[in-house]
Amino acid sequence: MAKGVWIVAEQRYGAYRKISFELASTARKLANQLGEEVCAILLGSGIEGIAGELGKYGVDKVYVADQPVLEPYTTDAHAAAVAKVVKENDPSILLLGASTQGKDLSARLVGKLATGMATDCVDLQIVDGKLSARRPMYAGKCYGEIMVSSFPQMASLRPNVFPAAENSKAAEVIKFDPGVDAGQLKTKVLEIQKDTSGKLDLTEANIIISGGRGMKGPENYVLLEELADMLGATVGASRAAVDAGWRPQKDQVGQTGKVVSPNLYIACGISGAIQHLAGMGSSKYIVAINKDPDAPIFARADYGIVDDLFKIVPELTKEVKKLLA
Amino acid sequence: MNVVACVKQVPDTETLIKVKPDGSGIDETGIKWVMNPYDEFGVEEALRLKEKLGGDVTIVSLGPARALETIRTALAMGADKGIHINDPALEGTDAFTVATALAAAIKNIPYDIIFCGQRAIDDDSGQVGAVLAELLGIPQVTVVTKVEVDGKTTKVIRPIEGAQLLIESSLPCVVTAQKGLNEPRYASLPGIMKAKKKPVDVKDAAGLGVTIDVKAKVVKTLPPPARPPGKIICGEEPAEKAKELARLLREEAKVI
Repeated sequence: MAKGVWIVAEQRYGAYRKISFELASTARKLANQLGEEVCAILLGSGIEGIAGELGKYGVDKVYVADQPVLEPYTTDAHAAAVAKVVKENDPSILLLGASTQGKDLSARLVGKLATGMATDCVDLQIVDGKLSARRPMYAGKCYGEIMVSSFPQMASLRPNVFPAAENSKAAEVIKFDPGVDAGQLKTKVLEIQKDTSGKLDLTEANIIISGGRGMKGPENYVLLEELADMLGATVGASRAAVDAGWRPQKDQVGQTGKVVSPNLYIACGISGAIQHLAGMGSSKYIVAINKDPDAPIFARADYGIVDDLFKIVPELTKEVKKLLA
Repeated sequence: MNVVACVKQVPDTETLIKVKPDGSGIDETGIKWVMNPYDEFGVEEALRLKEKLGGDVTIVSLGPARALETIRTALAMGADKGIHINDPALEGTDAFTVATALAAAIKNIPYDIIFCGQRAIDDDSGQVGAVLAELLGIPQVTVVTKVEVDGKTTKVIRPIEGAQLLIESSLPCVVTAQKGLNEPRYASLPGIMKAKKKPVDVKDAAGLGVTIDVKAKVVKTLPPPARPPGKIICGEEPAEKAKELARLLREEAKVI
């Protein structure tokens, strides 16, 4: 019988990504309810040394495959390795991050393991011994409760939503052979062009400051950048701003852009089209700064200021500077 | 170069989604149905490859009778033929089941590259492209903003958190399209006229030899959690309002 709550940990350049700890501590919570153990799969090259760290977040066993063929990530190599160790151990639940890598890998595993998965979940519970997953659909315009009837029951977790709680265990590290032959791989990473801005991706940021049509032009985003620098925030944009060519595609928040859940979302000069509200509606706190008192964004905002953003934002930057000094 | 583009018909992004009172799904009354925007990027890229390298573009869609409009839209853009998988038993199933049906329809036609949207904007599940690739035994490159094809391989750009990857894949493969890949064309009037005469093959699960074994189910659909009413910060001067906002964010919300 399928048993155990498993996660696929994610590392990049030899360091864990935060989602790995969110996965581990969520798995711990579910495993406690089931009375089962938590196992993690860690893949990469030169990463065996960090395997044990997962114990800090409640993992009992870490299955490690440490080989050059697993670095950098490719779908074929990682999916083959995970499928092998999962089939050998038959877990009841398998969790991954809904990061770009986790989404790519988890979907392939759905095919390899012939199972079902709830994508981008924001809540997981055990109901009658089975996994019940809650996830936004239609970019958050509604939510679905998903039950997976095949094993392993798979779910991917939206980054930044589940707490990473420490729960120290002495994790046992188990090496395994991923059985991946480099000659068989059909995809290859030729180049990694790193973004040198040092900013977190929108999907990972704790604070997002977004600008829309009200910014009036690309040159004015410097106002948001200054506030963002002060707060360690990432700057986002509405579709209008991206389509106008003011901001790059990767900055777009909304139904055809990124769906985000930061602790704080500050919308500047964004009226709040339904597609935009869908993409940021699950943020913990929403601030709207807009001249138009009838802008739909105010109906979603926890705090609203009806005023000219060109007057408010610089003052806010000054105030934040004072507070953080 | 034979290209397949998978498309799904979804509610327009303007749609206000209403959940049925019994939580059994969404109320479809008055919904305007359109081609999933990410699939549109896939169709456009398929047409560009055909224009450059020759060959055929086949559109495959799983959905009820109304999904035929979406197939016709793609044919009007310039695709050559369509396959419409229409079977009530396949509606509202899961990614594995849908991909199984798509794979059964695609495996018997020639293909060098298959485009899917990176996700459909209705269920936001983002699984079908990858599962399809697995079932056909071919590689996948997902969430792609640039595609270059030369005979036996394709090179693609895939943005990830904080970086961009240049990935090479052998062909055939599945590519899932992300916004930024291209600007989809509009169907021309002659295109719309021609599309009416282009062949669309209709299939059901039995005709494709697919046994339905549902793996995951949406057991309940819920409206989004209600947000408590917000506060409008009043004041005479911008500085005063900004100061109050900063105080609330620090002391009440505790987020800065």
